[in-house]
Amino acid sequence: MTQTHQHEVIIVGAGGAGLMAALYASRGADTAVLSKLYPTRSHTGAAQGGIGAALGNLEPDKVEWHSFDTVKGSDYLGDQDAIDYMCAQAPEVVYELEHMGLPFSRNADGTIAQRRFGGHTNNDTKQPVLRSCYAADRTGHMILQTLYQNCIKNKVHFYDEFHVLDLLMNDGVANGVVAVELATGELHVFHAKSVVFATGGHGRIWELTSNAYAYTGDGVAITLRRGLPAQDLEFFQFHPTGILKLGILITEGVRGEGGVLINGKGERFMERYAPTVKDLASRDVVSRSIYLEIRDGNGIKGDRYVHLDMRPEVVNHYAELDGRKMPDGTPYRVTGEQLLSKVPDIVDFCRTYLGIDPIKEPMPIQPTAHYAMGGIPTNMHGQALSDAKGTIVPGLFAAGEVACVSVHGANRLGTNSLLDLVVFGKEAGKMAAEYAKGADYKPLENNPTDFTRQQLDRILGKSGGEKIVTLGEEMKTKMMDDVGVFRTAEGMTSAIEKMRELRERYKNISVDDHGKRFNTDLLNAWELGCLLDVALATAVSAEARPESRGAHAREDFPKRNDTEWLKHTLAWMDGNQVRLEYKPVTITKYEPKERVY
Amino acid sequence: MLVYLKIYRYNPEAGRNVPSFDTYNIEAEPTDRVLDLLEHVKGNVDGTISFRRSCAHGVCGSDAMRINGRNMLACKALVKDVGTEITVEPILGLPVLKDMIVDMEPFFNSYKSLMPFLINEDVPADGKERRQTPEQLERFEDTTKCILCAACTTSCPVFWSDEQYVGPATIVNAHRFIFDSRDQAANTRLEILADHGGAFRCRTAFNCTEACPREIHVTQAIAEVKNAITSGGVEH
Ligand SMILES: Cc1cc2nc3c(=O)[nH]c(=O)nc-3n(C[C@H](O)[C@H](O)[C@H](O)COP(=O)(O)OP(=O)(O)OC[C@H]3O[C@@H](n4cnc5c(N)ncnc54)[C@H](O)[C@@H]3O)c2cc1C
Ligand code: SF4
Ligand code: FES
Repeated sequence: MTQTHQHEVIIVGAGGAGLMAALYASRGADTAVLSKLYPTRSHTGAAQGGIGAALGNLEPDKVEWHSFDTVKGSDYLGDQDAIDYMCAQAPEVVYELEHMGLPFSRNADGTIAQRRFGGHTNNDTKQPVLRSCYAADRTGHMILQTLYQNCIKNKVHFYDEFHVLDLLMNDGVANGVVAVELATGELHVFHAKSVVFATGGHGRIWELTSNAYAYTGDGVAITLRRGLPAQDLEFFQFHPTGILKLGILITEGVRGEGGVLINGKGERFMERYAPTVKDLASRDVVSRSIYLEIRDGNGIKGDRYVHLDMRPEVVNHYAELDGRKMPDGTPYRVTGEQLLSKVPDIVDFCRTYLGIDPIKEPMPIQPTAHYAMGGIPTNMHGQALSDAKGTIVPGLFAAGEVACVSVHGANRLGTNSLLDLVVFGKEAGKMAAEYAKGADYKPLENNPTDFTRQQLDRILGKSGGEKIVTLGEEMKTKMMDDVGVFRTAEGMTSAIEKMRELRERYKNISVDDHGKRFNTDLLNAWELGCLLDVALATAVSAEARPESRGAHAREDFPKRNDTEWLKHTLAWMDGNQVRLEYKPVTITKYEPKERVY
Repeated sequence: MLVYLKIYRYNPEAGRNVPSFDTYNIEAEPTDRVLDLLEHVKGNVDGTISFRRSCAHGVCGSDAMRINGRNMLACKALVKDVGTEITVEPILGLPVLKDMIVDMEPFFNSYKSLMPFLINEDVPADGKERRQTPEQLERFEDTTKCILCAACTTSCPVFWSDEQYVGPATIVNAHRFIFDSRDQAANTRLEILADHGGAFRCRTAFNCTEACPREIHVTQAIAEVKNAITSGGVEH
């Protein structure tokens, strides 16, 4: 039996973006949050290094510098009005989190501690600036916990372990979602006036990834299937420092605290690629540099990895060469103990998974798939958009990694995602409640669960067909090889063909579990369908862009081409076909310039 | 190396209403996580095996299980550390719903009963952060690391036998606020914990501390709460 529920605002996803939206929406409207994971299991909890805000607690910093760094980091593809808004809001939302109880690390004077991060600079001296507000190396964990705690305080209504499979629309207006309750396998219809998607990213498309199993692109896939576009999917960030073979993230905060990248010849190679900020260049730049070192045979022992070194003697050696100073002007020096207290989880990961102590030995690392700059197109208020003209989809909102505002353009700066979640989660929540107050419930279709049932029945109706792991592994390997850090027309064309083939084979997928209760087998299969859709749309969007910009680096078109390609991609999907359109980038103050670090 | 893996199975819906074990011999690397082995079996041999997981590196709290009789996160237990004969079972003391999946509601309800949120409506006039020194933070920082995995609570013999007991995780999360210099409701929390289901149920078995994948000093946190109750409050 399908149950039907009614709430004015339905929020899908209980990570940083979803919970922030929930806190604000629930102030003005009857709100419920649906999440396939228990809220505290959301991937926001994995974020380590910090949230960016120009508080200037220990040295001068300015909102304008944060804005410019973000624009430059985005390789000029970010929309400057939205970036200005986000950076200007940053100090206020960080204080708001503190007021909610977030246990930030502190400076001796009791203010919020800040560290250096890639691409964040003092625009006058061009040197890295202390901008990332952190709670040791578990900033995301503390944001997630704090927001969840405040949701409990404010009695926000949760449907935990409800997996959303479809978005309901009536005449172009969003009016609800369909979800399966994991514990019972029953479908539930949620009738709403506003729907907010905050479902996170899709890094599970790639073989080596920092992303959770749950990062399967559900939000983007669901909206694509409902005829809505996805924006800028070709821009997917590879983080330079994933643990060798596992992809588990080592925060950029390690380099912020003075860690350096070292190749097989013992060289600090980032000096050659980014002479001014070196190891703290933007992530796209650093990941490419690592690939180039490896290609030139400069990996450790000639192998496909390099070292991230944060042994105190190494940190101190390079800090001295760089002339790095403490905020009080004394030379920058660290002890092993201090490093341990700043990045305890990193030390724990290295001990657990590598069996090494990073205070005593360097860490073997390689770039790892990390963050989706692209996603559901929205404006600065979290309202979803349906075309290149910026037409709003009434009743539909998106925020967090699933959304593309776009504040990250072609490459996100570290610490700007957590900021994005809080700023635009809040905005989407407020707007969703406001919209709900002025709207009626749009009637549901007669059989709102039809499309969902069709998708599930197709999987359940087969036996002995294709396996989830087989298709999944073929997808991940292909995408890693051909739609990864470096790309060519040939590689991407073959990836497109491969994704089409896998989507065909997916029609014949089958699962072992035909039960109702916690049928994770069935949901894994459904999630793979989402990944394949997003992978195909990604490959097509990428192949169509003959330039290199931010995370999209083409060997056959190594230069950025502002004359023709300073524009956002919008992708629509129809069966195995992907249709592309483009829309202009909003440029206010910062004219595109060459990007050097 | 060859691993002998024994997996607990229970699923009344599919006629498996008496718990039993399925066994597998699988090829594994010493550095494989137990979660990798479970994923391997689920993906290649039997898709009906059910367990929760997400982050795969010990930070989301989804996959606390009993591995060779001890509570651990499957994603943080490596073959080289647990040996080549591995038995995987659900955590104890919460109703098993299917295989390794237990009903987490009682656990979260207990957590929520201790007001797990900062209570302090005063904000500085300039709208900026409340000041807190590194030393004040250190007082409660350890307990902020909790990921609500339930490994501690479900390893506690008192929790198994006593329905009233709130369990270690709830006290850990109360500790996080009681000792936070910014919080104004320490006494209310202490009163609740002084009550019959509270901190004094703890018999310092230390199982919780051993089980905690975040290496939180759980027993110590409970002891600090007991002391605060006995001494009538907390000085910041
Ligand atoms: C290891 C790591 C470290 C990072 N460190 C930093 C950092 O230091 N600073 C920074 O700024 N950024 C960092 N990031 C990026 C940042 O953490 C993420 O982009 C961000 O947390 C995403 O938040 P979100 O709210 O959009 O999604 P999430 O927190 O992932 O939440 C998604 C939610 O949606 C739910 N959901 C998904 N699909 C469905 C569905 N179909 N039905 C129902 N519910 C669904 C999930 O259950 C979950 O609750 C890091 C990322 C990783 C992986
Ligand atoms: S205290 Fe440790 S074991 Fe207990 S719930 Fe928290 S993280 Fe898990
Ligand atoms: S899967 Fe997240 S803690 Fe193990």
